[in-house]
Amino acid sequence: MAMDSAPVESMAPGERHSSENLGTPRSGRTEDLRLAAAIQAGDEKAFLSLVERHHKAMVRLAGAYVPPGVAEEVTQEAWIGVLKGLHKFEGRSTLKAWIFRILINCAQFRGAREARAVPFSALEEESQEPAVGKERFLEADHSRWPGHWVSYPQPWSEERLLSEETLAMVAKAMDGLPRAQREVMRLRDVEGWTSAEVCEALEISEVNQRVLLHRARSKVRQAIEPYVSGGTR
Amino acid sequence: MSTGSTQDLACKEVVELVTDYLEQALSHDERTRFEQHLALCGGCKEYLREIRSAIDLSRKLSRGTLAGNVRDDLLNLFRKWKAG
Repeated sequence: MAMDSAPVESMAPGERHSSENLGTPRSGRTEDLRLAAAIQAGDEKAFLSLVERHHKAMVRLAGAYVPPGVAEEVTQEAWIGVLKGLHKFEGRSTLKAWIFRILINCAQFRGAREARAVPFSALEEESQEPAVGKERFLEADHSRWPGHWVSYPQPWSEERLLSEETLAMVAKAMDGLPRAQREVMRLRDVEGWTSAEVCEALEISEVNQRVLLHRARSKVRQAIEPYVSGGTR
Repeated sequence: MSTGSTQDLACKEVVELVTDYLEQALSHDERTRFEQHLALCGGCKEYLREIRSAIDLSRKLSRGTLAGNVRDDLLNLFRKWKAG
């Protein structure tokens, strides 16, 4: 679990996942290698650009493994691991994935010491919770429309959608999600990662990732629905 | 072969397929059935729109900028590393 045994070997980039949002993989790799070299050469600006880009997301993710009070500290440990291991970065994964892998190793190591080293998996989730409450649908033996809406979801109010209140509700709903759902939604939707990047960093399967994302998004939608539907319920 | 009847998929099933649809993880046939349902069902079309809104909203939960002291801590850490 030492951080310098970090991820390089185990993280060949998934070539099947062409990166839609990341430019061409090749130019991304060149950029990553250039950045890594600059940092090794002692370029503070290059280091700070990485820090600005990733530090907050790293602290948040570390918080999924260790108590909130030590997440910042664990993330600093991870940065030390990054700096020490940088000469081994070969661009076989993205620099981002490589950094987050080191972070997760550090967080898991610390989490183990604090007896919180629960691995990420869908197993911790309540299974089979529906995306929408079953009372919203007609019974399966309904003569005409089995399993269809009792009444359609109402269009949302544009004005409320844009309000600070709604945004705060989204944040609160996400905070209340089970850990794996929360982190997957955070990385995908807040941080804008691709599914391949999330699977790689969290070491979960594509299917697993989709299940977690589905549960998370469904619950967030549900949480804001009463308010943005115009408060009619 | 479906003629576009919404009988094929129930709304209750459609809401569970929304993420797979957005992730482009549905098979060709599933995707066709999903889109056929959507074309005829205002409720599910609205549901999909709402999920998209929820995603858009979460995107706005941006991280903001780094606190100055954190930045300084990390810069110190970097300088220490550089000094070897």
